[in-house]
Amino acid sequence: MKLTIDTSKCQGHGRCYDLAPDLFSDDEEGYGVVRGDGEVPAGKEEEARRAIANCPEGAIDAG
Amino acid sequence: MPADDRFSGETTKIRDRVSRSTRSKVIEGPVTDWATDFSHVDPAWAADPYPIQDDLRQRCPVAHTERFGGMWIPTRYEDVADVARDTGRFSSRGIIAANLRPPRDVAPVGDVPPISSDPPFHGPARKLLLPAFTRTAIGRYEESTREFCHGLIDEFSARETVDAAVEYAQHIPVRVIADMLGFPPEDGPQFRVFVEEALEAVNQEPEERAQHRDELFDYLYAQVREHIDHPRDDLTTFLINAELGGNKLTPEHVVGTMALLLIAGIDTTWSAIGASLWHLATNPADRERLVADPSLVIPATEEFLRAYAPVTMARLVADDTHWRGVDMKADDWILLSFPAANRDPAQFDRAGEVLIDREVNRHAAFGLGIHRCLGSHLARMELRVAVATWLERIPEFSLSDPSSVTWSAGQIRGPRMLPLRIA
Ligand code: HEM
Ligand code: SF4
Repeated sequence: MKLTIDTSKCQGHGRCYDLAPDLFSDDEEGYGVVRGDGEVPAGKEEEARRAIANCPEGAIDAG
Repeated sequence: MPADDRFSGETTKIRDRVSRSTRSKVIEGPVTDWATDFSHVDPAWAADPYPIQDDLRQRCPVAHTERFGGMWIPTRYEDVADVARDTGRFSSRGIIAANLRPPRDVAPVGDVPPISSDPPFHGPARKLLLPAFTRTAIGRYEESTREFCHGLIDEFSARETVDAAVEYAQHIPVRVIADMLGFPPEDGPQFRVFVEEALEAVNQEPEERAQHRDELFDYLYAQVREHIDHPRDDLTTFLINAELGGNKLTPEHVVGTMALLLIAGIDTTWSAIGASLWHLATNPADRERLVADPSLVIPATEEFLRAYAPVTMARLVADDTHWRGVDMKADDWILLSFPAANRDPAQFDRAGEVLIDREVNRHAAFGLGIHRCLGSHLARMELRVAVATWLERIPEFSLSDPSSVTWSAGQIRGPRMLPLRIA
């Protein structure tokens, strides 16, 4: 599972980095960014799915 | 360097705007039919809007009213989201649905950028402010907010009853924003008057509204002049020095943004804290669960934001348009009810119930699209700290007199009197 954020949709609500701080953080303007290359470590899939399901802009994709 | 004389003039431009605004007839009196004669300032809507929203969502789903010079009220999540994202068709030139419409030529900047701005002006004006409001930047106010909450509770914890709206919730956002803007903390009571006049008194005669605006802007101009003489590390000095595209901001932009930051954060957060405490006072099982497991404060406050979303916005239709089966005229208002969106059963399971451990909660309490609440990280910090500190200090409480609880009318909804028994 590999996470990406569509920057044309992300508005910086911050639900992703609030709910899944191991997978996301914020940039200097508060927009969400994936940590590392976005690859979800084993055991973190549930956390990733929760972040995706809570993004109000539907900006997070999992490939 | 020449002296900064941008702010020496009178607030004439702002007065001129008010005098050029379009006025519509003030229609008062109780609503006859919510689908065709809607009013967001009706006391029945203030007391309990949710059954009305549910009814309209099934029946219309886009309600209408002749009041405020003509207004449409979408009630489905999908429709509210579409209006929020379609900034070409629905302009933010006006965001408080009242009997006064700002003149067309104030777009795309508007009176209080960036909330009143449309693209292409909106993006850069918002970008200036983003760094000061990230979760990381806000983190530095968390400890002092917690201490402040403890201080408020110290004042009344020995008593039997307290008005949690007046003596607790309302003070918390005032203090933080005054600090960020660099305004004297003792001016707090004055800010609450500004807020009430800007947001709640929408059916006043335009002249009266204009006079209240003058009072606010006179205060802000005085603060700017004081900051020019004594610059310091706060948002007011930042805005005075800020540039867009190589130019200093216009005085109207600087003062308009200061007005926005002062007004936008106070009533809203006060309402969110008050509604959360009201829910816990009236639902002992949720209160006990939260006291037993403080880690639930995060999902619980998100759920309170969903279920009791304090903020409704407005838009003005840019040009005559056909949308969701209705014919809208240029300059009709759209009431953008994030509260109604948040209770749409097509978007949320068990939408009408409050589930403090709700896992999937894509609520729209902070808006959707380009105007996403700039202060959402600040508001969340204040709400979480205010609720957690209260529960830690006062784990048992209930309404002392249910009939004396009052809710504000208009576009910001929250308890304005909330007497609680705390011993
Ligand atoms: C629980 C508290 C709050 C709620 C529910 C709330 C809600 C909202 C909503 C729904 C919007 C979108 C407006 C639109 O689409 O037209 C908004 C925008 C905004 N809010 Fe908040 N707000 C809260 C607290 C704050 C605080 C504490 C501040 C800090 C000063 C703030 C500053 C702003 C600003 C500046 C905007 C305009 C952003 C833009 O247009 O780009 N809000 N808020
Ligand atoms: S939750 Fe969505 S909109 Fe918010 S920061 Fe994360 S990706 Fe962006």
